[in-house]
Amino acid sequence: MAATDTHTDTHPDTHRAIETVFRIERARLIGGLARLLRDVGLAEELAQDALVAALEDWPRGGVPRNPGAWLMAAAKRRAIDRLRRDAMLERKHAEIGRDLEDGRGDAAARIEAALDDDLGDELLGLIFAACHPVLSREARVALTLRLVGGLTTDEIARAFLAAEPTIAQRIVRAKKTLGGAGIAFAVPRGAERMPRLASVLEVIYLIFTEGYAATAGEDLTRPDLCAEARRLGRILAGALPEEPEVFGLLALMELQASRLAARVGADGVPVALPDQDRGRWDWSMIRRGLDALTRAEALGGAEGAYALQAALAACHARARRAEDTDWARIAGLYDRLAVVMPSPVVELNRAVAHSMAFGPEVGLALLAPLEEEPVLRGYAPLPAAKGDFLLRAGRADEARAAFERAAELSRNGPERAFLLARAAACGG
Amino acid sequence: MRVMVFVKATADSEAGVMPSTELLIEMGKFNEELIKAGVMLAGDGLKPTRQAKRVAFDGASRTVIDGPFAETRELVAGYWMWEVKDMDEAVEWVKRCPNPMPGPSEIEIRPLYEMSDFAEIMTPEAEALHGGNAAAMGRADG
Repeated sequence: MAATDTHTDTHPDTHRAIETVFRIERARLIGGLARLLRDVGLAEELAQDALVAALEDWPRGGVPRNPGAWLMAAAKRRAIDRLRRDAMLERKHAEIGRDLEDGRGDAAARIEAALDDDLGDELLGLIFAACHPVLSREARVALTLRLVGGLTTDEIARAFLAAEPTIAQRIVRAKKTLGGAGIAFAVPRGAERMPRLASVLEVIYLIFTEGYAATAGEDLTRPDLCAEARRLGRILAGALPEEPEVFGLLALMELQASRLAARVGADGVPVALPDQDRGRWDWSMIRRGLDALTRAEALGGAEGAYALQAALAACHARARRAEDTDWARIAGLYDRLAVVMPSPVVELNRAVAHSMAFGPEVGLALLAPLEEEPVLRGYAPLPAAKGDFLLRAGRADEARAAFERAAELSRNGPERAFLLARAAACGG
Repeated sequence: MRVMVFVKATADSEAGVMPSTELLIEMGKFNEELIKAGVMLAGDGLKPTRQAKRVAFDGASRTVIDGPFAETRELVAGYWMWEVKDMDEAVEWVKRCPNPMPGPSEIEIRPLYEMSDFAEIMTPEAEALHGGNAAAMGRADG
């Protein structure tokens, strides 16, 4: 049996173990340091310095019993050194600077206290800061993936098909904006809480949907982004167990992710919900999703936008076969969703649900006003839905034209192929 | 990736010795950390095998065997289900776990097969059956 003793090994694996520890601890370190310094860029640097210290120290002395605390202590020492040394920073953090003049002990004690006081919610504070509404949506997403998810700028750029320098610059600017606005890296309380939480949930769901339905590029899904979004959802659920929409979002993500494996055919082409092999659905995710939905509803959140969308996903999850789908219930849920989250896209989905429940003509009638909607101009799913309604209404020629239009508009390779196949299947 | 983490049984756990208050507190803290990190999916402790049963299969025959079972070190006393980035991360978390037993003990980490691992080998019948299970889970909860 191959065994390594944590406390005495000088094994080459130690290096890997240190990297792993750092990966786990990084976000929490940055959160704690940023809270103290109100400078997330500096916090990131100091966390990195702590890793360097660990790489020097641990192979000799062994990995410490509590590696997270060791890293935090090392980073704190460096924070103090940096603050003493760097006059500019000292001016910037005048208050801490004054303490430093009184001697290192006081400052150290103060920093210790500040870091010990925060009840271990550094990570949550960091998530709230990275998702601060003062930042643009794109900046929030990039910063969250960088700071909380630990993705490199290159990985983020690849995930969103942006140029690496664009993402790097976006992140640098976002950090500056946070510093300039004097954002506290703490969990917001009181009246500030709800809008800030809404922003966090939005960012998490954006990350998820980018993974689930890649809007651009040749891959239809990017499961890693989905996994990271779900992890963030679980972190929030653990930290904010009384917030119904947190559970609504978690339920929505679990239920949608349960279909990931079934969504893409062997040839990379998307498989529509009714044609999916339900044997590929992940029942443990469905189970967790339904549990989270029950929790959201029990907390009084049944009419929340995420909970309603989760309830919609649950309708599909509960259908043993596609033809068992309760479309009337889905149509009703979309009616409710259109009230709490009015948007042309919701109206489009509502039209689809009503067409399934009450016939393609009903769908076409609901769709007609949406075709005038400026936001939906150039939105591929609209002509795709129209093609489907028309085909079911027996109007094959018009259906083909609609599918071809949808294919023209699609930015996603496999999706385009799928739409062209549907157009071809209309005959003519 | 998901991993199942098994706390292996010891003579103490098989004797039904309850964990000390101190260990319960330590374990509570550890579980809290797992939740805060978004790693924890599920976890439970198992009763000693004197309360367990086995069903032995041989062709068409089914034989029920009552516990306790002999090979203590091969038995399981508790489990977690975690979602982690890789096995390194799972190992790191297990190292942080307080020793779950009063004496020497072992924890085993087993990565799960994901549905995608089966894509190639599953027969249509098996897939249909699994689909039925997924839907049945949904029904039971709804």
